[in-house]
Amino acid sequence: MEGGKTMQFRPMLVRLRRAAAVAALGFTFIAPGAAFAAGGDVAIPAQKWSFDGIFGTYDRASMQRGLQVYKEVCAACHGLGYVAYRNLKDLGYSEAQVKAFAAQVEVTDGPNDQGEMFKRPARPSDRFVSPFANDNAARAANNGALPPDLSLIVDARPGGADYLYALLTGYADPPAGTQLLAGMSYNKYFPGNQIGMPKPVNDDQVAFADGTKATAEQMARDVTHFLAWASEPNLEERKQIGVKVVLFLILLTLFLYAAKRRVWADVH
Amino acid sequence: MAHPLYDNALVKWVDHRMPIFSLYRHSLGDQYPAPRNLNYWWNFGSLAGLVLVTMIVTGILLAMHYTPHTSMAFSSVERIMRDVNYGWLIRYIHANGASFFFIVVYIHIFRGLYYGSYKAPRELLWMLGVVILLLMMATAFMGYVLPWGQMSFWGATVITNLFSAIPVVGKGIVTWLWGGFSVDNPTLNRFFSLHYLLPFLIVGVVVLHVWALHQFGSNNPLGIDRKGPQDSIPFHPYYTVKDMFGVGVFLVVFAAVVFFAPNYMGHPDNYTPANPLVTPPHIVPEWYFLPYYAMLRAVPDKLGGVIVMFASIAILFVLPWLDTSRVKSASFRPIYRIFFWILAIDCVVLGFCGAKPPEGIWVIISRLGTLWYFAHFLVLLPLLGFLERPSPLPQSISEPVIKGGGAIAGARAAPMEKA
Ligand code: HEC
Ligand code: HEM
Repeated sequence: MEGGKTMQFRPMLVRLRRAAAVAALGFTFIAPGAAFAAGGDVAIPAQKWSFDGIFGTYDRASMQRGLQVYKEVCAACHGLGYVAYRNLKDLGYSEAQVKAFAAQVEVTDGPNDQGEMFKRPARPSDRFVSPFANDNAARAANNGALPPDLSLIVDARPGGADYLYALLTGYADPPAGTQLLAGMSYNKYFPGNQIGMPKPVNDDQVAFADGTKATAEQMARDVTHFLAWASEPNLEERKQIGVKVVLFLILLTLFLYAAKRRVWADVH
Repeated sequence: MAHPLYDNALVKWVDHRMPIFSLYRHSLGDQYPAPRNLNYWWNFGSLAGLVLVTMIVTGILLAMHYTPHTSMAFSSVERIMRDVNYGWLIRYIHANGASFFFIVVYIHIFRGLYYGSYKAPRELLWMLGVVILLLMMATAFMGYVLPWGQMSFWGATVITNLFSAIPVVGKGIVTWLWGGFSVDNPTLNRFFSLHYLLPFLIVGVVVLHVWALHQFGSNNPLGIDRKGPQDSIPFHPYYTVKDMFGVGVFLVVFAAVVFFAPNYMGHPDNYTPANPLVTPPHIVPEWYFLPYYAMLRAVPDKLGGVIVMFASIAILFVLPWLDTSRVKSASFRPIYRIFFWILAIDCVVLGFCGAKPPEGIWVIISRLGTLWYFAHFLVLLPLLGFLERPSPLPQSISEPVIKGGGAIAGARAAPMEKA
């Protein structure tokens, strides 16, 4: 379950769902689906996100800052393999900006007509280049822990964006008596509390291009926003179409109800 | 005969040589008599048909972009989500459609349980329905493996491993199912092949199901037979328009989930690619399998659990002979009515148990729930027929329906020659 997202649903959907639950016996079967997915030991604080709710949209400025955090911090360890540079146009960048952004990275291409692999600057059609050649190299550089690809991270964790934000800001000194394993850090929200990722965001670690003060919380928020987009780049389109489709279907259903009443008028 | 009076010369010409238009009118049209008192619980059959068609259409579209190989399955699904035009919509409809299929079919089944629709002369109709349920379960299980996420892989591993409980040949069967020594590429390939095939088998059984239905027509909320034309109305336009209205309501709910909470019924772990080296902390099936999963784990012995799980469905095949009451509708069965609701709650409770780790109180509840489930069918139903005093049945369908009289003249005026 994407805890935060579903919890903060606008009343309309809540009502819809409640109505369905009452109307349809089978609908009550859904509840266990939610219950098992919640997982974790500690409650994850719910956050407000601009992409929540049925009219939710992404915040371009926040995503742009988030991209900067990803690029300057997380990209040292984490890939983003399902996102292509061209997708960055969604964040409000121009074609030229995307081209320039991609060109900062080198990708291996080939073989050329000599039969050799060669390096070239990345193009917008390329996908984000991963920092490590393979998982083993990633583990070797991280004390044996594997930094997961972040393209789907918000969908892949119970709690979604709220969990990610909580994880990034959840570093603390371990409670007295806790023995941390070598190379591990204490995190309130990571399952098992010992995480192989050192505290990734700290105050003023980056200088935001738009002048926003880079507190750890701000960075965590922005990079989470960016990664939420990376997980569901079609969220805005989905919700916009959804509002129209549902409205249309409600009208159609009212019309069908009227038709039904008319046809049945002579039976009742 | 007054009908079929086709205006169109071509239609007339075709129908004379191959009565396809008449077939339609006699199966779903104005020449098919239906009880006049069907309530909205009778909408779920046509809804199930709609969902089946939706699954096949979206499934074929998905299959155009999907790659059934362990190294590419997950990323091909991600490409569908990101790069295929409206791929996200197709996949969300398919993934949520599976859940809604089960919601609709479970309601359809409980409708049958409440109104005694499985009783003579509709036993075969009911049993064909149970076959459809089994095929749906197999289809959904194999479909869930295709995206090759963590839950796909581990779900497949856990469920196929159940067969190893069979004495002597179990291990061999599992190896045979896998096409190797673990769930791997050959497994994925055959699951894809079967996942494509089974829905068409379902269509075949649905045809039989509807065929059997048309032999005696629908049961009805009173559970008594139709006595004459005054008890029937033509399927079209009355039930076509009522079904259409039901479709509208269904689509509103379905669209709300597809567009606003498409991952609500899914498991986050399935957005992590399958990894045979990392076991997820809780392996749970999709919600619609949870009650069976709870029964499986309620029995301390593996083979016993498997038997109990399969028996929970198998028992439905003999239900028409376990229920000894001659009264169909629970409306006239004061005691059965109570036990019906207890059974419904029992199934929901088992669903919750299936979602929880099999420890402590959850095991105890699962066991009690499983025991109750079987006691309901094996003990209560056979006894109730003798112990229960049904309330008096109405004389006919139209007697309680037509109060005040007069108003139905129009309906009667539509003659039902075949009724
Ligand atoms: C020094 C390398 C490094 C950097 C920099 C880094 N991470 Fe990680 N990250 C890791 C490692 C290693 C793990 C695996 C931890 C484990 O499994 O114990 C990890 C795990 C994660 C996880 C998964 C947690 C879970 O629930 O399984 C997320 C999410 C994550 N990192 C996000 C980020 C973000 C966002 C950034 C940038 C702000 C970042 N990381 C920066 C190394 C890093
Ligand atoms: C009885 C009807 C069907 C049911 C109940 C069903 C069920 C499912 C389920 C549960 C999934 C996993 C969804 C996910 O989490 O991604 C799935 C995936 C899939 N199904 Fe079906 N399906 C049906 C019919 C079909 C048909 C007829 C086809 C093809 C012709 C098909 C093709 C696919 C493909 C290619 C996938 C993998 C892509 C994906 O996972 O989204 N399905 N199905």
